[in-house]
Amino acid sequence: MQERPVLSDRQINRELLDFVLHTPIWFWGVLLLLGLVFGAGFIAVVYLISTGLGVWGENWPVMWAFEITNFVFWVGISHAGVMISASLRLTQAEWRRPVTRAAEVLTVFALATAALHPAVHAGRFWRVIYWVFPYDFFRGIWPNVRSPLIWDPSAIFTYLTGSSLFIYSVLIPDLAVARDRSTGWRRKFYGILALGWRGNPRQWRLQTLAGILLSGLILPVFVSVHSIVSFDFAMALVPGWHSTVFAPYFVIGAVWSGVAAVATLMAILRFLFKLHNYIRPDHFDALGRLLLVVGNAWFYFFILDFIFGLFAREETEVAIWQARIFEWPFNVLFIIFLLTAYILPVPLLMMRSVRRSVTMMFLTSMLINIGMWLERYILIVPALQYKQAFQFSWSTYQPQLPEWGLVIGSFGLVALGVLLFAKIFPIIPIYEQKESQVFAAEIKVGKATVPGVIRE
Amino acid sequence: MVAQRQSLLGLFASADAAAEALDQLEAKAGVTPDEFDVLTSSPYPEGAFGEKPVAHRLYIFPIAGALCGFSVGLLLTIGTQMAYPLITHGKPVIAIPAMLIVIYEGTMLGAILFTILGILFESRLPAFGVGLYDPRISEGYVGVVVSTTSDKVSTVERIMRDAGAADVIAGPPRGS
Repeated sequence: MQERPVLSDRQINRELLDFVLHTPIWFWGVLLLLGLVFGAGFIAVVYLISTGLGVWGENWPVMWAFEITNFVFWVGISHAGVMISASLRLTQAEWRRPVTRAAEVLTVFALATAALHPAVHAGRFWRVIYWVFPYDFFRGIWPNVRSPLIWDPSAIFTYLTGSSLFIYSVLIPDLAVARDRSTGWRRKFYGILALGWRGNPRQWRLQTLAGILLSGLILPVFVSVHSIVSFDFAMALVPGWHSTVFAPYFVIGAVWSGVAAVATLMAILRFLFKLHNYIRPDHFDALGRLLLVVGNAWFYFFILDFIFGLFAREETEVAIWQARIFEWPFNVLFIIFLLTAYILPVPLLMMRSVRRSVTMMFLTSMLINIGMWLERYILIVPALQYKQAFQFSWSTYQPQLPEWGLVIGSFGLVALGVLLFAKIFPIIPIYEQKESQVFAAEIKVGKATVPGVIRE
Repeated sequence: MVAQRQSLLGLFASADAAAEALDQLEAKAGVTPDEFDVLTSSPYPEGAFGEKPVAHRLYIFPIAGALCGFSVGLLLTIGTQMAYPLITHGKPVIAIPAMLIVIYEGTMLGAILFTILGILFESRLPAFGVGLYDPRISEGYVGVVVSTTSDKVSTVERIMRDAGAADVIAGPPRGS
């Protein structure tokens, strides 16, 4: 971290609260655009509900396709936030400061969007209530409360609740700054949310401990959530899914796509909110190095899954891998997936010039997430589509327009959520920036002057 | 006759000036760490202003929460399995492996919820009103709040101004 502009508290307040307290004209344009994108998904869901599940391209045996792919994708994205935020807080990494909140907010909106998918997949989402209060009990239709599908809601509920409270607890000091710097209804609004924060040593001490303690608590939950999502597949007896490597493979894949999504988000925030003083090339450099490690770890698990599939020479496993790699349309998707998820981004990330270029990091991180979306699709659909013994009814899967609408709309919903959050609350932690100024000092090493960081 | 208590808030442009003022207040006016509070817009290293180390029992909260969450998770999984006693593959109705994940998530949720409550409780939040405070603190000023008897008010104010306070504001005593 050699770059460290010296900023006064007043300047930090002004720059980081500018978008919160004033509304630029472009905001309405972006809001409209994202509203339209989200609207596409909303219309797709309304059409699905009013017409029925037949409007999707799903048919026996492919009853999970775009929706579960999108569900896994967004749960994966949600892993970035807390993983980055919690691990960087625990290790007191200095470059965490501008990254943590955006990453945490991405977690919450990605996870909430993911959680909508199973309900939408039910077709008539109000029927979800029957899963909780099964009225069909007396007719002999019993819910299996021991099903792995029960584990998902419990894990996601814990993760979503924990992440949301985590964001709020570390937001309180910034809400107090917003209270002090605003007038009228805003002052009342932020005043209520700030809970009477004053900023005395006791409150700061507890605030620092909160970050560490909650990070320690939420990291195991983060690992459990995507492991449990992987159990949705691995606990089933579908060939191609029934693998012991799925839990770590899913977790590391989630981190790979999630950290890439944070890099994308940081580039967009820097561009939109002119946060050049706070989100600097050295932050992208650090994110790029982290991505390099995670990307290679993910590829290792991908290779493991591939080898485990082929090593036993089980006929169905081999056939599914053959379908993934050689059969249309999965063969083309497989090539795009490999190129975008590993072959292109990893060598790019090895270059310092790429890691320090905001534009290149934006493009590289986008590539990774295209690849990781395809990874989930290729993992799910060919395995279901394979015609197994004694299966007399099967079809190939063709995604339909309402499914595309749902996928596109989900991106609109997450982006809209993050934008609205950034409009109401500071997206870069103000007190963290001030703390970095307090704890920083110029140190002379020989003839060079470098910024040093005091650490408690 | 017991002297009435009053609070004074001195605003200092730097942490060094505030620390110096607190030294002077202790030496010349006998202000003890129990009688002052320091307000800042960012965390400072513990003891930077000579304040007492913060005593708290935050670590009890996650443990208590985890125990509550574990109990709820256990009751929920046993309760639902007893309510819908569906026998699959001849296995026991109460299947421990299937319960572990829900119990684990319940335990962690309890720990997180209680930790949040603990943070608020130990931070003495929510507080009704901010008390003696000035919005300039969020612009980088360091606020030193001294709670003292009315006969010492003028001495405390003079010491604060001599130490470089940009402003000194009087207010009701802490806690009122």
